[in-house]
Amino acid sequence: MSSHSKTSGAVFATDDSPTERTSLMSSFVNEAARDGGSTSVFGPVPSSPNTNRITTIEDGSATPAIPETSVIIPNANNTGQVSGAPRDSHRRRRRNPSQRSAHQQQEEEEDEETLLYGAKHVIMLFVPVTLCMAVVVATISTVNYYTDTGTYLIYTPFHDKTDNTGTKIWQSLANSLIMLGGIVVMTIVLLLLYKYKCYKIIHGWLVLSSVMLLFFFSYIYMEQILRSYNTPIDYITVAIIMWNFGVGGMFCIHWKGPLLLQQAYLIMVSSLVALMFIKYLPDWTAWTVLGVMVVWDLVAVLCPKGPLRMLVETAQTRNEPIFPALIYSSTMVWLITMADDESSSKKGKRGTSQGTGVSGTSGGARGASEIHESDDEGGFREHLSNGTNRANELTASSDSQTARRAVQALGEMSHGNPNPHRHIAGSSSDPVQNPTETSAVVPKKKKTPKPRQRAAAPQENSAEEDEENNIVRFQKFERKHICNYYLFPKLLTHHFILFAGGVKLGLGDFIFYGVLVGKASSKGDWNTTLACFVAILIGLCCTLLLLAIFRKALPALPISLTFGLVFNFATSALVRPFMDSLASEQVYI
Amino acid sequence: MTLMEFFGCTFISFGPPFALFLFTIARDPMRIIVLIASAFFWLIALLLSSILWYAVVPLRETLAFGLVFSVLIQEAFRFLFYKTIRLADEGLLKVTQQNEDQHVTPKDISNKNIMAYVSGLGFGLIAGAFSMINLLADMSGPGTIGILGDSKFFFWASAFMTLCFILLHTAWGVIFFAALDNKNYIRVALVVAAHMLISCLTLLNQQSDFSNSAIYLSNIIPAYIILIISGCAAFITAGGSLNNIKAALVCQKGRYQID
Repeated sequence: MSSHSKTSGAVFATDDSPTERTSLMSSFVNEAARDGGSTSVFGPVPSSPNTNRITTIEDGSATPAIPETSVIIPNANNTGQVSGAPRDSHRRRRRNPSQRSAHQQQEEEEDEETLLYGAKHVIMLFVPVTLCMAVVVATISTVNYYTDTGTYLIYTPFHDKTDNTGTKIWQSLANSLIMLGGIVVMTIVLLLLYKYKCYKIIHGWLVLSSVMLLFFFSYIYMEQILRSYNTPIDYITVAIIMWNFGVGGMFCIHWKGPLLLQQAYLIMVSSLVALMFIKYLPDWTAWTVLGVMVVWDLVAVLCPKGPLRMLVETAQTRNEPIFPALIYSSTMVWLITMADDESSSKKGKRGTSQGTGVSGTSGGARGASEIHESDDEGGFREHLSNGTNRANELTASSDSQTARRAVQALGEMSHGNPNPHRHIAGSSSDPVQNPTETSAVVPKKKKTPKPRQRAAAPQENSAEEDEENNIVRFQKFERKHICNYYLFPKLLTHHFILFAGGVKLGLGDFIFYGVLVGKASSKGDWNTTLACFVAILIGLCCTLLLLAIFRKALPALPISLTFGLVFNFATSALVRPFMDSLASEQVYI
Repeated sequence: MTLMEFFGCTFISFGPPFALFLFTIARDPMRIIVLIASAFFWLIALLLSSILWYAVVPLRETLAFGLVFSVLIQEAFRFLFYKTIRLADEGLLKVTQQNEDQHVTPKDISNKNIMAYVSGLGFGLIAGAFSMINLLADMSGPGTIGILGDSKFFFWASAFMTLCFILLHTAWGVIFFAALDNKNYIRVALVVAAHMLISCLTLLNQQSDFSNSAIYLSNIIPAYIILIISGCAAFITAGGSLNNIKAALVCQKGRYQID
């Protein structure tokens, strides 16, 4: 493995041309055929005939992309210089249509890249946020249980029973500060646990809380739904339903399952927590908690020593997702059976312009990811492909699978229009105890290479400096295509989760958006609910815009919640009487 | 009965706009964002007019005052949204580009009428939702219309007027944006005047009661006439012609597009 990474550091990685795809396949196959660090990695050439054979076999059996591969495969026989040079010029041609200095171009590309966090990402967050809010609002408006508050959390010792405004204010402030204290303590505990790598404790914590949510809270939810619709149902059926629901949720959230199902469970869990907050927080305390959360989120994410920021930074330096457990991932987590491909892809990226050989698996990594990307529109379909991967993982015959996937990548490529920027939503939080583990996060573009790559990195530095312009350009270029993908090691030896750089939204954001909209709708005015909804979505848009500009972890709550709170109070106090009188008089504005 | 009325009125008022949304907006993320942004602008406009209405205490009972200023503020925000969209064109271009190699200008940017249509629909949808959604919530309930001497066509008239306003806003969006692009300020004024006219006509609805339902026709009919005129004007503004309609009827390729 180490030898592989070193050698591939010195070799030539390229962009999305077919050649590299096939060279990826070769490295895949090599990896699968050999073990650890055999010499066959030192060049793609010896392996390429082998690759051809395997790919053709594989592609005939498994993929629809036969014509493309048959066209492409001959290129794989080229040596590094031969195939590298045309691509080089090709890229130059493409990237440098006008004669600009590299610096200008760099800046410009930076800008372009900034905005490449496209509208699609925004929508990918809109949909789950909307669904979560819809669940909360529908529940609030049909089930009385969640709006009549009689019992309270122990975090909120003061229940605003008085009519005195002053008392209400200080009581709700005190309540929310106590809650904030709890959240701060929990966050810091989590941070410490993470910092000292007590992963087991964190996982246990997450598992426990999700067990509670999935079994206990959802049982309460189901009971109340049945009660409000006056539907009798026997305990045995309920037990079976609850068992299936809960165990399915545990599987999907903590282990593996269809992505769509996982997303559904996470949305459900968030809305359950939001409903619990609505029920167990006194009326005014809920509003003050929302206000306090705005400040806390700002502090925790933006302060240099803010706990969430430290958490994110620690995760970034460790090159791993924050917590794999409770992630809202909008289509972006893939298990990829790329045997050690990750290191070489990183290498390939760094050593791009050196022209010493073709082995870059970076394009291949991207290709493999693109399969999933193109599939991920449907969510479920993508996961089917994941499922097949997993089957192969289980049978430990990853060679055929990787080759097949590489062939698919070829087909994918020649179908064109790779969509290089996708995002992962991978933030995570414990929805019960740490609802603020949240913030929209963009991983830094230039990821620090993993330690073993770092060890190899200095070797290339001098060479890179030689062709500084090219490197700058190429790195920029590669970044566009490839650097959006980060590879995170999974515990399994040959398996990596491939992350595409992008937007992460924590479950805590979902929860507090849900609380806001739920509280707004609990007054029975739909205009307020609608106004809050639009305000939150616009806030989310603004946050994502800022995210694209600043490229660092940003809190997702402040803008949305501020808009939401302003519009909630303004609508219920000012707009509502106006619209009510207009509607009752049937006057249209 | 109440449920039937609820669904009937829901589909009358939001059926066609929902179809428009589904077929023209929903697949394009950029359009959804623009739709929500325009809805947000309308919300701000409504908030401002509510503040004005609320602040001027003596005229709070006189809806005509609030209405006139609300119309003006709405049109002002439509103008502001136009400015915003035109400023943001560059950014939109980049955001919409899926791929850095794609040097083709997206259709949404090259055809300015699309964004105008989307923002018009956003205005219309949020305006319609705000005027209708609480009525719908009441409708689904125990059902009490008519007890206090109201017309039995109350919900019916509301649903049709809501539909009319949503579609009118859509058409006005297209006309307004195109007129501003061409510096044809007469059309801008015409849009504002049409909006003002229809809104003021709905003031007549206050006179409706149990025995006098025909008064609804006094504003529904002019509203729909103006809707047809505005719709045709918007269609022509956006480059439509009889040939387009023919092409649409024979189901040629790209029949949903007006280019």
